[in-house]
Amino acid sequence: MNTQPTFKLTTTINGKPVDAEIETRTLLIDFLREHLGLTGTKRSCDMQVCGSCTVLVDGKPVSSCSILAYEVSDRDVLTIEGLAQKGELHPIQQSFLDEYGLQCGYCTPGMVLATLALLNENPNPNDSEIKSFLSGNLCRCTGYFPILNAVRRASERLAQEES
Amino acid sequence: MLNQKYGVGEKAPRVDGPSKVTGEAKFTADIRLANMLEARVLRSPFPHARIRSIDTSQAEALDGVVAILTGTDLSDIDPYFGHAVRDRPIVAIDAARFAGDPVAVVAAESAHIAAEALELIQIDYEELPAVTTIEAALADGAVRVHDTDALRLGLFHGLGDFKPHDNICYEHHMTRGDVEAVFAEADAIVEGEFRFPAVYQYALETHAATAIWHGADQLEMWANCQHPYLVRAELADMFDLPKANVRLHVPFIGGGFGSKSYTRMEPIAAAMARKAGRPVRVVNSVTESMWTSRRHNMICRMRTAARADGTLLARTAEMWLDTGAYADNGPRVVATAADAAPGPYRWTAYQIDAYGVYTHRSPSGSYRAFGATHLEWIGESQVDQVARKLGMDPLEIRVKNLLKPGEAVRTPGKPMDADLIGDIRKVAEGLEWDKPRPPGVGRGMGIGLLAAGSRPVSTAFARLESEGTVTVMVSTSELGQGARTAMSQIVSQELSIPLSQIRVPDGDTMVTPYDRSTGASRSTTLAGGAVHLAALDLKDQLIAIAASKWQVAGSDIILRDGRAWVGDQSATLSELLFYHFGFSGGELFGRGIVRPEQGQGTYAAGPVFWEVCVGGVEVEVDEETGRIHLRKIVSVADVGTAVNPAMIKGQEMGGAAQGLGNAIFEEMVFSDGQLLNGTMADYRVPKMDDIADEFVSYIVQNEDGPGPYGLKGVGEGILAAMPAAIVNALADIGIHLNELPATPERVWRAIQQSKNV
Repeated sequence: MNTQPTFKLTTTINGKPVDAEIETRTLLIDFLREHLGLTGTKRSCDMQVCGSCTVLVDGKPVSSCSILAYEVSDRDVLTIEGLAQKGELHPIQQSFLDEYGLQCGYCTPGMVLATLALLNENPNPNDSEIKSFLSGNLCRCTGYFPILNAVRRASERLAQEES
Repeated sequence: MLNQKYGVGEKAPRVDGPSKVTGEAKFTADIRLANMLEARVLRSPFPHARIRSIDTSQAEALDGVVAILTGTDLSDIDPYFGHAVRDRPIVAIDAARFAGDPVAVVAAESAHIAAEALELIQIDYEELPAVTTIEAALADGAVRVHDTDALRLGLFHGLGDFKPHDNICYEHHMTRGDVEAVFAEADAIVEGEFRFPAVYQYALETHAATAIWHGADQLEMWANCQHPYLVRAELADMFDLPKANVRLHVPFIGGGFGSKSYTRMEPIAAAMARKAGRPVRVVNSVTESMWTSRRHNMICRMRTAARADGTLLARTAEMWLDTGAYADNGPRVVATAADAAPGPYRWTAYQIDAYGVYTHRSPSGSYRAFGATHLEWIGESQVDQVARKLGMDPLEIRVKNLLKPGEAVRTPGKPMDADLIGDIRKVAEGLEWDKPRPPGVGRGMGIGLLAAGSRPVSTAFARLESEGTVTVMVSTSELGQGARTAMSQIVSQELSIPLSQIRVPDGDTMVTPYDRSTGASRSTTLAGGAVHLAALDLKDQLIAIAASKWQVAGSDIILRDGRAWVGDQSATLSELLFYHFGFSGGELFGRGIVRPEQGQGTYAAGPVFWEVCVGGVEVEVDEETGRIHLRKIVSVADVGTAVNPAMIKGQEMGGAAQGLGNAIFEEMVFSDGQLLNGTMADYRVPKMDDIADEFVSYIVQNEDGPGPYGLKGVGEGILAAMPAAIVNALADIGIHLNELPATPERVWRAIQQSKNV
């Protein structure tokens, strides 16, 4: 019944090779959520404004609602499910917990991954750099102050781990 | 961290935190059932149109389309819902009443196919004249949105004897004293007309519902609803089922703020699944959620009169709130707005007239601090105007007129139950009110009341299993407010066990017991009250078992560190259950029931408590652009007793951000009934770089609430206070506004106007 063009996708998701036959029109967010069951990636605005669906592609933040899955062929995709290692939370995740940087939790996966992208690029950002980088991730619960604190703490924590 | 005991008053970590930072937490749209179809909704492009015919044949022919639902499929059920006024069909039956009104639903093998099929449905509309503004709906001879004679009231209407008429879905009046006589003798009178915009709650998670039928008479659903028991009752009534045959699961909710109060997409999912004969999931886009629920836009005329010494004497307020095409929670919003209109002051006389108006616009319902947010900025700006006229300080005029504990707020109703003067002095302290303002910096404060708690009916039970783990069965929805953490702390406090031994599962109407609703700042006070009673019940049973084991009086036994103690003998809860049942099995139940006749507060008089809506800001304005910069926000959470101070502060910061959005950014713009900014690219909410330079938060704990430990709810008040504080801070630097939001353009125009005066 399906006459839609298909594509044979080969990529890496959370460190694991993935091969799948998908409709070419499949958005990355739908591939992650519906094909792979990685529902930690959240859909909201569906137009690259809110940041809820942020994943990292080769370490850079990308709105998975606004790119096609085939565009991540042979790339390295990180979703929120791939961040904790062997049940051990990533320092950014722990910082969001410690600072109450989440309430409903819907923006959290995108917010945490955007923070990782920021700290990869700029390990010791000042407040204005944090606010500017994360202004593409909306949160309606926290009023952002606790998230700002979480990013500051994550930056300190990662610096300590480095030293 | 969860392996520690965290009692009441401690900064416990969120019990749902780990699952939320790892992406493991499940929300409604994350749940996939076997054989499930995806549904998409076709919506009317016209604000008012008769539907002559619908041709679905082409859409049905599309590969992968399984079923299409239209109004003609609803003849064997009662298709109308609405907890207040039963004015809303599942999909349009005779006419569409707003641009965005559901007209047909497609269920298909994929969302792509369903979306394609929508474009193949042919509808013959006859466009009808529409009333798309409050003024048009109230005009003589206006087109009626509904045939009000035919309307039935809903299952939970609370409207008394009121019947909708003309385009009025509800009206609420409050009178004290002889207003005109008092006005005639006043020394200072201020008056004005004010406008509050339509705004969108924007919970990041849009409305979603998944339905599966088991046979013809068992409906099971997953939905992101704040009030599962009210939704269950409406579904049971519509589909003519016993309530117990409707099972509603409520996973984590990605923000509610009122947008998920009452029945939303559940009837569409249920009716679609019934027709398709397969499970159906429907998930709104943001635009569709904007059409599903919003805050009422409002026009209000207010007058306030005072004596020369600053004594507030009388107030009149007439207000018209646009409830859109369907009443939704409009009647309650109108009543709460009326309640908020006098403000927290001692009046000789007032006359309050509030109307909910039907228009051909998308429907309005609950949004955090409804009513109070609409009115506080208006009333408080008039208090400041009076103060300016009389040469008084805004703090001084408030302290002089604020209600004291025990004074009547309105009659009938609960007397003042908070220390308002203490609260406003805290705001002044945070703003350093006595210190001179830097040039160009304005300071403002606002204080108001929100009738909180809704109906005080909540139940809970707690299962203590043989290894000492407690599962708390409570139907409060976890919206992010931290209900599951607060409930866990109450149990931890009473049974002296660590959070790691406490579980609070998803709501499930087959398993978790009745709770009226998750809203009106009621969860910790009322559902928490039920959990507290359930924990105390378990505690009594454990003490009785320990007393039997050691052959001592129950009064000799204490619970500490997860064990029962008499002298230096002790046993774990697990050991007590082993003793009781004779092997490692069996469990104990604790039960808790909160209802109007009991409790520490005067529930019968209503409201359950008065939520204090108080805060202050310091602003500066760029005169060239009109852009407002927030230097400081001061919040005061008057909570009786803080269960978790860190989470209370989180409620204050989050509520303040939404208040900021309501005050200076947000407005749903309509033209001829069409929503013009229906996406997040066009609808502007506060972003991280909009936050204030400084946030000062106080928590007031006077143990004067009706909940356990003297607590009362929190989380809405600061939202209502923010527009008031901002408008007053702007007036402090000569910028006078009577319409929100205070966009740069509006502020800039007000600056030009003040220069021309």
